[in-house]
Amino acid sequence: MTKANPATSKGDSYFKWLTAICSLITPLLMAGIFLELVAHSLPSIKKFGVGFLISQNWNPVTEQFGGASSIYGTIVSTLIAMVIAVPLAIAIALFLVELARPGVSKVVSTMIELLAAIPSIIYGMWGMFVFGPFMAKHVQPLLQGVLGFLPLFQGPPMGLGMLTAGIILAFMILPFICAITRDVFQLVPHVVKESAYGMGATTWEVTRKVTIPYGLVGIIGALFLGLGRALGETMAVTFVIGNAHNIAASLFAPGNSIASTLANEFTEATDPVYISSLMELGLVLFIITYLVQVGAQFMLRKLYKSWSVGL
Amino acid sequence: MKKVMWLAVALVGLMALAGLAQAEDLTLNGAGASFPYPIYSQWTHKYNSLTGVKINYQSIGSGGGIAQIKAKTVDFGASDEPLKPEALAEAKLVQFPMVIGGVVLVVNIPGVGPGQLKLTGEVLGDIFLGKISKWDDPAIKGLNPDLKLPSQAITVAHRTDGSGTTFIFTSYLAMVSPAWKEKVGAGKAVKWPAANSIGGKGNEGVAGQVKVVSGAIGYVEYAYALQNKMAFTQLKNKSGKFLSPSLEAFQGAAANADWKNAPGYYLMLNNQPGDQSWPIAGATYILLQQDQPNAAKAAAMLKYFTWCYEHGGEMAAKLDYVPLPKTVVEMVKATWAKELKADGKPVTY
Repeated sequence: MTKANPATSKGDSYFKWLTAICSLITPLLMAGIFLELVAHSLPSIKKFGVGFLISQNWNPVTEQFGGASSIYGTIVSTLIAMVIAVPLAIAIALFLVELARPGVSKVVSTMIELLAAIPSIIYGMWGMFVFGPFMAKHVQPLLQGVLGFLPLFQGPPMGLGMLTAGIILAFMILPFICAITRDVFQLVPHVVKESAYGMGATTWEVTRKVTIPYGLVGIIGALFLGLGRALGETMAVTFVIGNAHNIAASLFAPGNSIASTLANEFTEATDPVYISSLMELGLVLFIITYLVQVGAQFMLRKLYKSWSVGL
Repeated sequence: MKKVMWLAVALVGLMALAGLAQAEDLTLNGAGASFPYPIYSQWTHKYNSLTGVKINYQSIGSGGGIAQIKAKTVDFGASDEPLKPEALAEAKLVQFPMVIGGVVLVVNIPGVGPGQLKLTGEVLGDIFLGKISKWDDPAIKGLNPDLKLPSQAITVAHRTDGSGTTFIFTSYLAMVSPAWKEKVGAGKAVKWPAANSIGGKGNEGVAGQVKVVSGAIGYVEYAYALQNKMAFTQLKNKSGKFLSPSLEAFQGAAANADWKNAPGYYLMLNNQPGDQSWPIAGATYILLQQDQPNAAKAAAMLKYFTWCYEHGGEMAAKLDYVPLPKTVVEMVKATWAKELKADGKPVTY
């Protein structure tokens, strides 16, 4: 073809519009979900106001609803999960990239990725029937024996509760954080590391001063991915958190999270205020997740500027 | 090659025929309570194989069942918690009981087997209120002088989803414990007052939690206690007798109930008189529109329900449900004749 085909430029603009429409779907969907949640929460917002976020009185009989225990449980179980999973994930990633022999690294990596493929309900059932009783028999009495003076570890060891939920969540987010962190560490240019070794640095020094700073942006991205997953995890948490609408100082005590409350109570809620309160909990979760993502973006941007390294 | 072609043609023809046959059959749609789902699904399956009438029952929960029959998106709704007569009149619905189930208490106490622990309504109320928090509490020991009860904390296990089972159980506690009635009340979902309480979704959830948590007590439908081989307790009934749960004991509760003076069959089978009456039981209900839009469908539904009453008892008993007493079935049929209308006329079936 010697002449320029007029259809080509037309095709280009069609293509542009097509992709634009496709990319519009996501923000529209987000806005739609948000508006729908707000609309359905209105009766509850009007009736309880700010009190909904502070009160932990959740009483379907008297139609008084306060979501504080669910919000608290969501945050605390996620925190426990992060505190356990993050150091573990980074340690594993460092071992795989820096220290392990290639054969070992490959096998362990595959196993960690398999961990990510297990459906959450399996974690839940395993947590309830295997891990929960194990916690009650071995871990909780041990914790109580050593740290029993802290209010965090008081009360009868039931095996189900906030701590167990946090640990199960940690297992679930570990593979995500670990896999990404490992990839990030692998992307650190060999030249940089080799020059550090060449200057006589030890493995620990290279890790601390080269690998981790170089991959920091990626690590933080991985953390937020894990955080997002932990905040909204439903089935596994519902199985092991104990599902009680109360805030307790002890991590052994049963609690609940926003997602578990919704999973438990939505199907049989008939009263309009009840449904609306559940919707408002959904709205709160939506906002928390959104804020976490915005926070992540903000932090990453700041880091890009101050380090001017990264991926 | 030719053979394969012919086979394919024959197959397509058969499928088309099957499709036609299915289109001619009547399909009834129902939705609601999950508590009777096991027996409903068996009944519909058997009835379909006998008559060709297809019945879809979606176990979406009582709340959903009520909402759907009100919205007229299903032919019949099902609920564990009966609607009050006023609510029935307002929504123009007819309500009748279908089958009866018993709620039992299960415990996980080291060294205590099925049927060994004896409890009364008042003690049970105090346990679920959190007032009695150890298994060797004098109130429990007094009822069980022969049992060796450990000094272990009691964990109360309950349903987290709104459920008919919870409604039946909390209604019972409200009947026998004034403190429970005042502080908590009765409902499909309540605020559980005991400090040590954990929740599970569905009967299987509660049964599972009682199984894994040492020192736990929970309430489940009888079938779940049997299937999971759990340690159920004895309970003292209204006549002062300690009973172990059994189908006969549930039947006793149903037979002694005063159905006649309960408009809309709104009736608790809890705490019924009679030596052989288990104190915690309840019926599960079917909801129909008063004005049936389709006479053929209405007739098919009533035929099906009659079949369930007359031939479904054995299947129900196998799944640990109690069939409705004959006298009550006759009352239900009278209700149909009186209240159900299709095209302004009573439904003939």
